This record gives sequence, structure tokens and C-alpha cells, in this order.
Amino acid sequence: MNIKQKALTKSLFAYHAATSPCNNCDIEILDLFTPRHDVERFGITLVGSVRHADVLVVTGVPNYKTKEKLKTLYEQAAKPCFVIAVGNCACGRIMFRDSYNSPCPVDEIVPVDAYIPGCPPKPEAMIAGIVKLIEKLKKAEKK
Amino acid sequence: MNIEEKIKDALCSRASGWSRHSPKRVYFSVRKEDILETAKLLFKELGMRFSIASATDTPQGIEILYHFSFDKTGEIFSIRVLLEDKKSPKIDSIAPLFPAAEWIEREMWELLGIEFSGHPNLKHLLLVDDWPAGKYPLRHER
Amino acid sequence: MSHKVIIPIGPYHPLQEEPEFFRLYVDGEKVVDIDIVLGYVHRGIEELAEHKHFDQIPFLVERICGICSTSHPLAYVNAVEDLAKIKVPPRALYIRIIIAELERIHSHLLWLGLAGHFIGYNTVWMWAWKYREPVLDIFEMVTGNRNHYAMMKIGGVRRDIRDQDLPILKKTLDELAPAVDMFHGAVMDDPVIQARLKGVGVLTKQQAIDWCVVGPTARASGVNIDIRRDDPYAAYNELSWNVIVEKDGDVFAKTKVRILELYESINIIRQCLHKLPPGEIDADVKDIPAGEGIGRVEAPRGECFHYVKSDGTNRPVRHKIRAPSYMNVASNKVSVIGGTISDAALTLAAVDPCYCCTERVAVVKKSDNQKILNGWDLVRLSQKKTQDIKKHIFVNTDIRGLHTDGHG
Repeated sequence: MNIKQKALTKSLFAYHAATSPCNNCDIEILDLFTPRHDVERFGITLVGSVRHADVLVVTGVPNYKTKEKLKTLYEQAAKPCFVIAVGNCACGRIMFRDSYNSPCPVDEIVPVDAYIPGCPPKPEAMIAGIVKLIEKLKKAEKK
Repeated sequence: MNIEEKIKDALCSRASGWSRHSPKRVYFSVRKEDILETAKLLFKELGMRFSIASATDTPQGIEILYHFSFDKTGEIFSIRVLLEDKKSPKIDSIAPLFPAAEWIEREMWELLGIEFSGHPNLKHLLLVDDWPAGKYPLRHER
Repeated sequence: MSHKVIIPIGPYHPLQEEPEFFRLYVDGEKVVDIDIVLGYVHRGIEELAEHKHFDQIPFLVERICGICSTSHPLAYVNAVEDLAKIKVPPRALYIRIIIAELERIHSHLLWLGLAGHFIGYNTVWMWAWKYREPVLDIFEMVTGNRNHYAMMKIGGVRRDIRDQDLPILKKTLDELAPAVDMFHGAVMDDPVIQARLKGVGVLTKQQAIDWCVVGPTARASGVNIDIRRDDPYAAYNELSWNVIVEKDGDVFAKTKVRILELYESINIIRQCLHKLPPGEIDADVKDIPAGEGIGRVEAPRGECFHYVKSDGTNRPVRHKIRAPSYMNVASNKVSVIGGTISDAALTLAAVDPCYCCTERVAVVKKSDNQKILNGWDLVRLSQKKTQDIKKHIFVNTDIRGLHTDGHG
């Protein structure tokens, strides 16, 4: 792992991309920044532009309009950029897989590095998922 | 006169098929030619609030229900209109009467293929602009 | 008139750039037109409902929106109970109200936090969401989940509130009431917030009627409608509370309505806890006969309307869902126009839009004449306006806080 990836494990800049969510996962992600969970103490923060992002946090079920947007976002992100799929919809589309407006799941549009299932995943589960991703990156460095 | 009587009085034989299945839910039918006059009566003269319209693909045709809420009593008056020509269902738009109807008519057009004559802005609301023409997701293709 | 097109990308969520949904046309600093484009959150739920059994649908419609996730199932089960003339046991009716009012509390606190962030009062955001957490804890205690509680079913509720949970519920409400007092004082009496929110994003009473808006958006413009009182469902006809109506129709009025509704919701839940009858929590439902039914509830954002048509089989023929934001967001067409760009984000947020309920919006194509601002830019503009107002107010006041320039 190069110095950039090493820096990532210290402080993650996350960009939140919602494809077609019910907003529950999005609100729980925002909840991470409020006093009870306060992930900013771990150095994690949300950024306003994908070009500053280390991690793309994806929620929701991709539909025809958001599919292209997600692909574009991933291409615009400076690599390495890891992708976390948050919520059951982003992990596997659940009941929306039969919808006429949903072409494919998230991992067929962008490569996903971590899946955090749940509907919505509790903030604790999200933190655990991010920690797992960081540990995965650290293990990759050791190899 | 209560509100139901007022509507019956104003529309006479143009309104038919009256049914009050539960205390606050009233349904009646009009012909599609009379929809503008009926909507105007309910919205402008009787002061009802337009809640929404719902369209269904039935074997007899495309049935549109316009749901108006009379908030003073909590009743909902649903106007039923049947468009028998399923190949090209057409009806007057009620959006010129009040802007609240604009979006739902666009939605009914793109999901069921109903043409609303006189609609100020009949284009896609929810689906992508290049959604295949003639493919209506809420039609029951048997 | 020279037009410069500014395309904001997703101002609903301050920290979320996707998806965009408004195209603002401006002349100088003033917004002259707005194009509202939807479609980013459309998941085809009405069509999916036609392939599900009646008892599977509450789980589907719950996921229309995460914030009002109990309003949709409640409206749906009301529609089916209207259709099939099902009598729901009294205990279930009271539990439905408790869950619905707790949802209203968490939703209004959520909105208060976001509105605070938009105007640069991040402390309001943090405090509002901090006090929201105990409400989510109650949900987890009673229903098993912080959101998406899956409490509603046709004929009753799925889980009971145990006797040992009642004191915890009461205690949380007792601790919430002083917090609401604090918000009320901090927000309503702050001269900067008043200057920032008053007169912004006005929706007149006639406009509210023409656009058929609902909920706090309507009540803030003087339209006195509340489904809980006008077309009572659950056991609301056995309770008493005040319907909060303001007349100015601006963002300040909408804020005031939501804060005062917090008090009323606490009051309603306390009445329910006092009156909660013993007994069954669900009716024995056999088949759903052919017919049609309409159910509607007063969701935190307004009237949530569900229409269900059945042909006697175990799936609906048609399920029409109309969320409150569908009517409210459309009214932005008139309330944003005439305001400035720095007020745009606030006005759009003031109807408490639930885009996933409504259907979000889409991409905008670039052209030569376009300056692109994203959601962060709009929020920053909004926060800057607050800073400017603050400077003006504190420069022009003497140490006693009285205005020296004659404006009271």
C-alpha cells in the first residue's frame, strides 16, 4: 500500500452518493456525525465534492437515472477510492429487484469494497463496517 | 342541503352510480366530457381540496378516479371516469383549473398512456426522457 | 432580461450532492423561475404492490420513506380496513397513535436540525438530533428497530407495548418537554433567526389552496386542515389537542408550526398512555373482499393518501400512493420565485420535502450560459446571509440589546 492508502486508514474523507434510497440509510449516516456517535473524532468527515473523497458511500437502489450518475461519480473520484455499499438496497436491492425502474444492483455499476447490510444499518454497524474496511486495507499493506 | 345533495342538484343526471360504501367515502361516475365542469364544481364552488387522482387499467377501459376532500366533514368524493378506448385514452386536463393537478396528470400519462388535452406541460415526470414510447408500466398486459 | 441559469445539485440534503433536482433561473440575485425535475428516487412501488399479497405490502410501503416510515403503512392498512370493513381492537388503535406521534416528534426534530444547519446554526442541528436519539431508542425498545418499525398490519398492530416499557416511555417524554422548551426559546426568540426566516419563501393562503398543499406547509399559510381532526382514524376522535395554524406562510411560520406541534404530540402520547386499554392488538382478518378503499393519515408532512382496489384475490388490483410531499414540493414553483439565491435552499427545505416520497429529480445539461452551484454552495450562501444579518443586528444595537437605528 502506498502512502496515499496509508493516509486513508488514518482519516477517511467520505462522499455520500444516494442512488435511489428511502433516505433512512442517509439519515443514519448523518446521525454518525451527531453527538451520540460522533465519528469525526475518528477523523471521518463528509466532503462536498467527489474529487476530495477517499471513500464513496453508496445508498439506495440504482434506477435508470441514477445509474449513469453513479458511474460518472466513480470515474471522477481520484483513485484509490473505495466504495462502501450501505443498506440492504445498495447491497442487493431487496424487494426492488423486480421493479421496472431498476436495471441492476450497485456492485454491477461500481466495484464495492465493503457491504454494510441492514435496513437501515444501525450507526454502530456502519462504524463496524468502516473499521473492517480499514483493517482490510491495512492487511493489504502488509502483503 | 348537505354537500352530496348539492352535487346531485348541480349535476343531475350527468352524475350516476352513486355509492357510499363507508360513512366518509363517496364515489360517483361522470362521463369524460363532463370532467372539467365537475372538477370546477367541486373545487371552485364547493371549496373542496384536490387530494390526488388514481388511474387503473381495467378490462372495461382505463378508469380514472379524481379524489376530492371536503375537509369540513372529512368526506372524500371520488369522481369516476371510464375511458373505454384503451388504445388512445384521452380526456380534458383539469390542470388549467388549479395547478395542483399538473404533476399527477403527467404521471398518469407516462405510466398509463392517458392523453390529457390542454395540459400545459405534458412531459415525463418520473421516468427517464428516453423511456421507450408505448411502454406503460402500470398497464396490465395480458 | 438577461437570464443566468444556476443549477443547484441536491439542496435537500446539505451533505449530499446526489441527486440534483432543481433548476433555478435567476436575474441578478433574484430567482425568476424554477424547474422542478423528478425521477431519481422512483422505484416503481405501486407496480410492485400489485405483485405482493396484502399482508406483504406494509413492509414494502414502509420503505417508501425512511422518515415517515409508519405513515405509509398506517394509511395503507386504513385503506384496506375501509375496503373490508375491518374493526380494529381499541388497544391497537391507541398503540398506532403512540407510534405515529413519536414519529412526528422524531421527524420534526430532524427537520429542525437540518433547518438549523442550513442557516448556519450547527448547534441547533446537533442538539435537535441529540434529543432525537432517545425517541429512536424508544422505537428500538418497543418495535425492535430505530427506523422502519414494521408495526402496522391489517386489523391491528404487530407488537404490543409491554407494561415494563411504559415508565421508560413516560420518562423520555418528560425529558423531551424541557428540550422542546429550549428549542422554542432559542429559535423563536432569537432576533437573527427571526430576521433570517421571516418573509422568506412566502406561500400565501390562496396559493396554498390552489396548489392543494397539506400538513404544516398548509397550516403555516392559514389553511386549517388536519386529517386527525377532520377525518379521524385510529382513536384520535377520543383525544384532544390543538391544531397549530399560523398565517404568514413564510419559513418562520413553518418553523413555529413544527415546534409547537412537538408540544401537542407529547400531549397526545401522554393522553394515550393514560387511556391505553387492555385487550387484543389485532383483529382476526380472513379474506379481503372485492371493492375499493381509501385510507389517509396526517403524516409529519401532511396528508398521506392510499387507495386500494381489490378483486377478491389476495393481491390488490391497484394501489395508489400519494405522499404529502407530492403536493408540497410542487408549490415551490411559487414560493421560491421572487426570493434570492441565498434563500432558495431554505425555502426548498421549508416544506420538509421527503423526496423519496415524492420522487427525486434529475440531471441537468451544461450549456455556455450556466454557472453551476452545488448543494454545499447553496447552503454556504444561506449561512452567509445569516452571518450578514447577525452583523447588522449587533452593530446596530447598543449593549442593552436595543436597536439604535429605530427598528424594533
